[in-house]
Amino acid sequence: MTSRYQAPFALGGESPIDAQLASRLLTRALEKGGDYADLFFEYGASASYAYDEGILKSAGRGVAMGLGVRVMKGDATGYAYVEDFTPEAMDRAARMAAGIASGAGTKDPIGLDTPDLPSRYDVARLSLDIPGADKRSLLERADRAARAADVRVVRVDASISEELREILIATSTGRFVRDRQPLLRFGIRVIVEENGKRQSGSSGGGGRLGLEYFDGHSPEEHAEEAVRQALVMLDAREAPAGEMEVVLAPGDSGILLHEAVGHGLEADFNRKGTSNYTGRIGEQVASPLCTVVDDATLENGRGSLNVDDEGFEPSSTTLIEEGILRGYMQDRHSAEFFGLGPSGNGRRESFRSHPMPRMTNTLLLGGESDPEEILRSVKCGVYARKFGGGQVDITNGDFVFSLTEGYLIEDGKLTAPLKGVNLIGNGPDVMREVVMLGNDMAISDGIWTCGKDGQSVPVGVGCPTVKIAKVTVGGTQIGSAS
Amino acid sequence: MSAPEDELLDRATRVVERARQMGADVAEATARQGSHLSAKVRMRKPELVEEAGSRSVGLRVMIDQQVAVTYTSDLSRRGLDRLVEDALELARLSEADSFAGPPDPSLLSDEREHAELKLYDSGMSDVDSGAALARATAGEAAALDASPRITNSDGATFTRAAGSSVLVTSGGFSGTSRGTYASLVVRPVAEDADGKKRAGSYWAARRHLDALEGAAAVGEEAARRTLRKLGATKLQSCDLPVVFDPDAGRAILGLVASCVGGGAIWRKSSYLAGRLDTRVASDLVTIVDDPLILRAPGSRAFDGEGLLSRKNVVIQGGMLETYLLDSYSARKLEMKSTASASRGASGGVGASTSNFILQRGDSSVDDLLGSTRRGLYVTEMMGFGFNAVTGDFSRGAAGFLIEDGELTRPINEVTISLPLDDLLQRIDAVADDLDQRTAIATPTFRVSSMTIAGR
Repeated sequence: MTSRYQAPFALGGESPIDAQLASRLLTRALEKGGDYADLFFEYGASASYAYDEGILKSAGRGVAMGLGVRVMKGDATGYAYVEDFTPEAMDRAARMAAGIASGAGTKDPIGLDTPDLPSRYDVARLSLDIPGADKRSLLERADRAARAADVRVVRVDASISEELREILIATSTGRFVRDRQPLLRFGIRVIVEENGKRQSGSSGGGGRLGLEYFDGHSPEEHAEEAVRQALVMLDAREAPAGEMEVVLAPGDSGILLHEAVGHGLEADFNRKGTSNYTGRIGEQVASPLCTVVDDATLENGRGSLNVDDEGFEPSSTTLIEEGILRGYMQDRHSAEFFGLGPSGNGRRESFRSHPMPRMTNTLLLGGESDPEEILRSVKCGVYARKFGGGQVDITNGDFVFSLTEGYLIEDGKLTAPLKGVNLIGNGPDVMREVVMLGNDMAISDGIWTCGKDGQSVPVGVGCPTVKIAKVTVGGTQIGSAS
Repeated sequence: MSAPEDELLDRATRVVERARQMGADVAEATARQGSHLSAKVRMRKPELVEEAGSRSVGLRVMIDQQVAVTYTSDLSRRGLDRLVEDALELARLSEADSFAGPPDPSLLSDEREHAELKLYDSGMSDVDSGAALARATAGEAAALDASPRITNSDGATFTRAAGSSVLVTSGGFSGTSRGTYASLVVRPVAEDADGKKRAGSYWAARRHLDALEGAAAVGEEAARRTLRKLGATKLQSCDLPVVFDPDAGRAILGLVASCVGGGAIWRKSSYLAGRLDTRVASDLVTIVDDPLILRAPGSRAFDGEGLLSRKNVVIQGGMLETYLLDSYSARKLEMKSTASASRGASGGVGASTSNFILQRGDSSVDDLLGSTRRGLYVTEMMGFGFNAVTGDFSRGAAGFLIEDGELTRPINEVTISLPLDDLLQRIDAVADDLDQRTAIATPTFRVSSMTIAGR
């Protein structure tokens, strides 16, 4: 992958960082007696194109770069960052972070080695390097298709955002690793209007790849999907309220599992004993149908990584196997605490933040049921087709999710579309209530971003059709479901 | 002005001049710099000390009403050259938008008119990492010591931050602003009878350190808020009056804010589009957007386009009086800017709120609760169940059952639903406990009836 965007710290850049220089900075960071130090150099180039009211209304580009230095002493972390790569600035950051310790350090030079890394996001046509006019025409196609799809379409917004994140990590344990992480996201949102009633619909996708994304997914396809959704919602009626059976559609619904169980399996909460799953490895925590993995290896996946932000290569980590809790997602610090190897889940939003255990692509693996048969088994319930987002209280697993597209299931068939549906429940409870899993496991198109402690990172999700025996549906029609 | 702001002014001025030389009709640059120190303790031990400085330049240019925005944190000569070159290249790629343009020059404010809003505490930088850790430690200790049922902690964090920014435009505007902010948050964890963990939190935040609530008081309040959640259960699905405390109420008011911004109105992505001069809330509801409150978190002397800030009464006694507009949305709607433009660090401009406040009523919280025979007192909400286009609202909620005017038992895992339009019209009591911790703020208020989904 070559690009006209190149980090100043790259070899051949304006202020190249080699192992020798990194080693000197690490020694500086440990001069007060820290146990561990790492350097995180980052250069992020990004651009966005916003198509609105039938024209490319605005285009933008940005560059954010800097160095984050972390020093650990016991459970305490010193962190400092600077936004330029002058020797004075880098030295200042190393000294500030060093201050978490207050003793004497070693003068021994730190030897750095570069491990071989996998190549999980080869890019054919790096979006950032392709003329803006190509992206304008993709957006124009989406806009045209949405307007042509139905006369009730009154507004169309389409956008492309693209990013190339170049990182260099050097650690006092001897790792010296570079990676370049592309990210592309396309999105369209439409508003339809009929008899004074308005509704919106949206669709999008992407991943760690270039414009070749559009070889497999056309802008027209997304436009039609957004319009379909908005039109369906025009006829939506009030949702029932109360506990009932819920069926999750494959793919996108994985976001519910991400929130409901994924966060609770991040090792920092378990190290601190603040997760509901603390101390429960080997216990039955979900229905025996459920196997949950965090898989950073998916080719071009939005959450995929060659290397995490602490220099470790992530792979596929089994979190829950046939309902039994097998492991947590680890960063370096928690792996040390648990006496395990790091799972490569140490991620950070940028050089401005310290790493924490985070998910990559979190998947509930498929089962054996025919999806049709799953629907047929429901007398009265809710079918969740698209999610708007959700939130979890990690200490106990309580979650809330909003549906952007949901339907009533009556006698095994989808009937009325529903509006304003929330699913509210408890992650561990819901995982025990999983009673059927479809054989149609699917991975969501790349749209999801996960927030934790104010840090956002791109993630992937996936699941098959899932039947849950009992979830509280937050609608407005009391008594209509029982 | 002091030296740091002079340097920012100089940088922004050079960027504007360069963009003009290269062919931009309009160029507007914002230059910023900031620093912060954050200290976190957990279970009485230091967990994180973070110190950093940041700086950036954002640029918006127009050529024949074609618009582009760029930003960079690379302030090298090459970095700033690229900032300008990229902006012009992208502007030529954009298509002419007949509503694009700078604000009417006659509306631009002069630096001498800018109010001194007392947003900067020069003593704040004296708090070093040791002092910051001490404040966090005292806050957490007060929570841990409050009760043996507080068995764990997500920690306590003290943060201080300072920032300066300038805006320079080719229309002749130049303005500087600076501010500080200090906060302390404490997050205890308690264990319930069935072993279920309950996390709670409380926080204080102010522009000036001497106005920040004491660490022990913050910790004690955090403990109280965590302990009172123990034993929470669901509720049967029903319709009940709902009382929102200031934290939950702020989330509701945030939704109103998102629906009165000019961008949402001309896009028709707000249920309030077309509702000007009509009743949108009960007559107890008056909401103002006031950027000129001294020492307040959302205050600003001038808006993101250089217009002089002014107080806007958005909803007066339930009637929608105005939207909040920048000059673009004002042109789209054939109205006048309300000086509500805000400019992000990345250069983009849009209408936004400043201090957006539901005005206090005259009853105390006790009287408000006392006059509620049976209802739900909501202290926390979860999830994102709001559709701005239709106003449909449904979110997860936790709080307490009100019986005969008293808070009786804790409730969780329920959802509350009602379109926002109806919610505002059904506000039948507003209390007097307004606190200025946040830019969007409400006192406690009551909605006469909402649908609650539980068991």
